[in-house]
Amino acid sequence: MAMPKVCGIETEYGVHRTGTTDSNPTLDSSMLINAYVAELAGRVGWNFEDESPGRDARGFSREAGSPPEVEMNLVNTVLTNGARYYVDHAHPEYSTPECSTVLELVAHDKAGERVLLASMTAAQRMLRTDEAIVVYKNNSDGKGNSYGCHENYLVDRAVPFGRIARDLTAHLVTRQIYTGAGKVGCEEPGCRSAAFELSQRADFFEEEVGLETTLKRPIVNTRDEPHADPARYRRLHVITGDANLAEVATLLKVGVTAIVLLLIEDDALGGAELVLAHPVAAMHAVSHDLGLASPLELASGGTMTAIEAQWQLLDLARKYNEVHGLEALGPDGVGAAVLDRWESVLAALESNPSTLQRTLDWVAKLELIDAYCLRHRCDLTDHRVQVLDLQYHDLRPERSLFRRLGMETVVTDAAIERAVTDAPTTTRAYFRGECLKRYRSSIVAANWDSVVFDLGDDPLRRVPMMEPLRGSAAHVANLLDRCGSAAELVGRLGVEEATNG
Amino acid sequence: MAEREFKRRSAPQRHAPEPTEDEVPQGSEKGERLKAEIDDLLDEIDDVLEDNAEEFVRNYVQKGGQ
Repeated sequence: MAMPKVCGIETEYGVHRTGTTDSNPTLDSSMLINAYVAELAGRVGWNFEDESPGRDARGFSREAGSPPEVEMNLVNTVLTNGARYYVDHAHPEYSTPECSTVLELVAHDKAGERVLLASMTAAQRMLRTDEAIVVYKNNSDGKGNSYGCHENYLVDRAVPFGRIARDLTAHLVTRQIYTGAGKVGCEEPGCRSAAFELSQRADFFEEEVGLETTLKRPIVNTRDEPHADPARYRRLHVITGDANLAEVATLLKVGVTAIVLLLIEDDALGGAELVLAHPVAAMHAVSHDLGLASPLELASGGTMTAIEAQWQLLDLARKYNEVHGLEALGPDGVGAAVLDRWESVLAALESNPSTLQRTLDWVAKLELIDAYCLRHRCDLTDHRVQVLDLQYHDLRPERSLFRRLGMETVVTDAAIERAVTDAPTTTRAYFRGECLKRYRSSIVAANWDSVVFDLGDDPLRRVPMMEPLRGSAAHVANLLDRCGSAAELVGRLGVEEATNG
Repeated sequence: MAEREFKRRSAPQRHAPEPTEDEVPQGSEKGERLKAEIDDLLDEIDDVLEDNAEEFVRNYVQKGGQ
């Protein structure tokens, strides 16, 4: 049955060194994180004990044959806001803390951009003035190399994974019409078109279901690593999304997907038959169709456009809301707000997408490129247009085109600034972040589901956090206030001995 | 109208395009304002875009990630 939609976003940023021909993106990424941590945060290592990225939701485990996704020797840290900040696959990666509402997550996703920007500034002090490490929040270099922006959702373990895969696919394919960050130039193997497309990522998907994330990417990823009680929870790992700068796009990307997951958990998609006959081909077709009118073949026969599929999901979500409500998305009507925004964006996409040029990333970028080409009488093969495409995602304020467009916001600047240093109060991220603020010198490691303390006497003490919604301010703020030291906290919690020394 | 605009949009290789009425939401105050804002941005964009576009694009190469 429906479960609170605890959610998070992990973003691999593009990293580019200027002023030298001899750069190493892994070292550059490490420098960014080390500079940030050294200057602004102080440092606590990540605990790998519970990492198992090779476990598959279909019931088996990949032990050999592929290297582990997380390389042990790379920079890896956890911040006072509960986020994980580390080097992964030669990119700086920022994983937001677990959030219990999509608005909270939008603030933390935007806070991640500020952490990266602060990192660039801090790293600059170690570089020559004619050098710089520049960070881009995008998903492709335009040359066939992609890096991800993954979403995570808490899902009821009792729901068969096969049903999630079957019922979610059409949504992941068709949501591109509002989640796309826009891109000039096709990157499907063999495709040489310079056309504009909706999504940065769609070209890179080759399978329907699978465990991979770096090659032969699947629309539904089967990584089964709940970072929580595995008997109760699944962490659905969604890898199809673009890294969005537009807050409305992130709101809908996460908010609507969370709602669709509620419908799947409560089996409320019944009769919708929203199953695509050729999901991978449809993924590419939707991204390449600026007219938003491509008919997608359904497994049951007949066709449906991406907008029609989204209207159908919205209709089912409205009915679900009338019966069950959307409290699983959070208090204060956040679920209803997502429904209303979803509807208004679909209506605008149907009538005149250009009215969303301050709302969605792909529309903003397309309008800018259109206007640029009109003024300079050039086309999409012009290198200046490709620079414009990249620079939309440049995080430097003086270079960011996104920033100059004055896009619509859904969270306040103050909420984003708070999220740079403070964890969400409604999940276990609060316990993680507050422990780091209060007892930093006694913490040797932390990860999603535990904090490990060194109290000066053997052994180390590990506090498990297998329930994502426990460890919130409501649960532990009073306890933390009563404990002046880590030893006192550990004593009151009566925790187990750490097993990994 | 929507269908016409979609067709126009789906032709990606535009050579020396002519301004058309449906470039912005027609007759709407908001549309005029957005167009003026884009014009202002275009006035200053050459100072913002990286120098030597061709070299910059060539050098922006990333290692594949997840």
